[in-house]
Amino acid sequence: MKFKKNLYLYTFLFFVLWIIIFLNLKPITNFLIFDLIGLKAETHLGESIWFFVYEVPKVLLLLVLIVFGVGIVRSYFSPEKTRKTLEGKPLFVGNILASLLGIVTPFCSCSAIPLFLGFVEAGIPIGVTFSFLIAAPMVNEIALVLLLGLFGWKVALIYLVTGLLIAIFSGWIIGKLKMEKYVADWVYGVKSNREIIEEAKLPFTKRIESGYQVVKEIVGKIWVYILIGIAVGAGVHGYVPDNYLASLLGDQNWYSVPLAILIGIPLYSNAAGIIPIVSVLIEKGVSLGTALAFMMSVIALSLPEIIILKKVLKWPFIVTFVLIVAFGIITVGYLFNFIM
Amino acid sequence: MEIKILGTGCSKCKNLEKATLQAIQELSIEASVIKVEDIVEIMQYGVMQTPGLVINGKVVLTGKLPSNPKLKELILTNQ
Repeated sequence: MKFKKNLYLYTFLFFVLWIIIFLNLKPITNFLIFDLIGLKAETHLGESIWFFVYEVPKVLLLLVLIVFGVGIVRSYFSPEKTRKTLEGKPLFVGNILASLLGIVTPFCSCSAIPLFLGFVEAGIPIGVTFSFLIAAPMVNEIALVLLLGLFGWKVALIYLVTGLLIAIFSGWIIGKLKMEKYVADWVYGVKSNREIIEEAKLPFTKRIESGYQVVKEIVGKIWVYILIGIAVGAGVHGYVPDNYLASLLGDQNWYSVPLAILIGIPLYSNAAGIIPIVSVLIEKGVSLGTALAFMMSVIALSLPEIIILKKVLKWPFIVTFVLIVAFGIITVGYLFNFIM
Repeated sequence: MEIKILGTGCSKCKNLEKATLQAIQELSIEASVIKVEDIVEIMQYGVMQTPGLVINGKVVLTGKLPSNPKLKELILTNQ
């Protein structure tokens, strides 16, 4: 097929085009908004619209690039392989490994239950399984690269390290607390056929194709959330005065971190939708620790996820899980408010 | 032949069911398509990512929504 032969060429052209557009976004936006439409830079409306027109393509471009790269990386991993790696690992080492694998293993929250059952059935300890289930949604590549693009590498690194630590220690504590008895009884009765579809070694062109496939799938699904996220961000950016939120959610207030987490739990969004909002929160005077805590809470502790988990866990387990993770997030929040 | 779609109700699972129905119609093959939503039954197939596609009792695909040609190929080779 002609397309296959030219796959590398197309991918190369795609990168060149990507770089050209990305580097020239600011002048293009300035031209469109101020010269062509004639909005004034100093007005609320001008600022809001500029923010929206600039941020949407920027975030989408970053997203396409990251998701493409991750699609290729993830083609080397699968839940089955991850399960095999984790089998028979001692508790603490298992927690660390599970958290790290949580970043790279393909994971969708709708598969959380089959994955949980598959791990438990293979005899992987509950604590190790939870390290994976906490890390997989929270420390994800989309969050990391968007943080990198909007706040720089320090914030992204902080997020990566603290997110991993929360996943490792929460899972470890859950393991130590012997929460097994609060798993729904039917779970241990599940017997599964361990026959795995043999995966043939994929040639690299196949992996590139899978990268494109994942871009289509993920960007196609979340672009709406990004638009909404940035629209909210743009409104706040143009119309809410700087430092407006500082008195409520700035670092002087001891209750700002727990409050941010409480607000975050009922909200449900993926990383891509929440980050534009977080960037505006910081601009308006919310301290970094509080903003990160809010973001982690929205992504890692959400009502829909709790409802899904209720199928396999009893209430004491769910309450413990939420409390431990919330405690971890609060610690991270205070830590950053303290050192930044 | 018997085709089962394993899935607890996520959007990908519904799309796979639609795509499968369309594929067998286009291939004009006689097949029963059953949607399995019970998680215990799903687990018996050892599937950790939904949706799963089971043809004549054999898991042929998990966690993915295949393209139409790929789906047809899977159906034909596992007939």
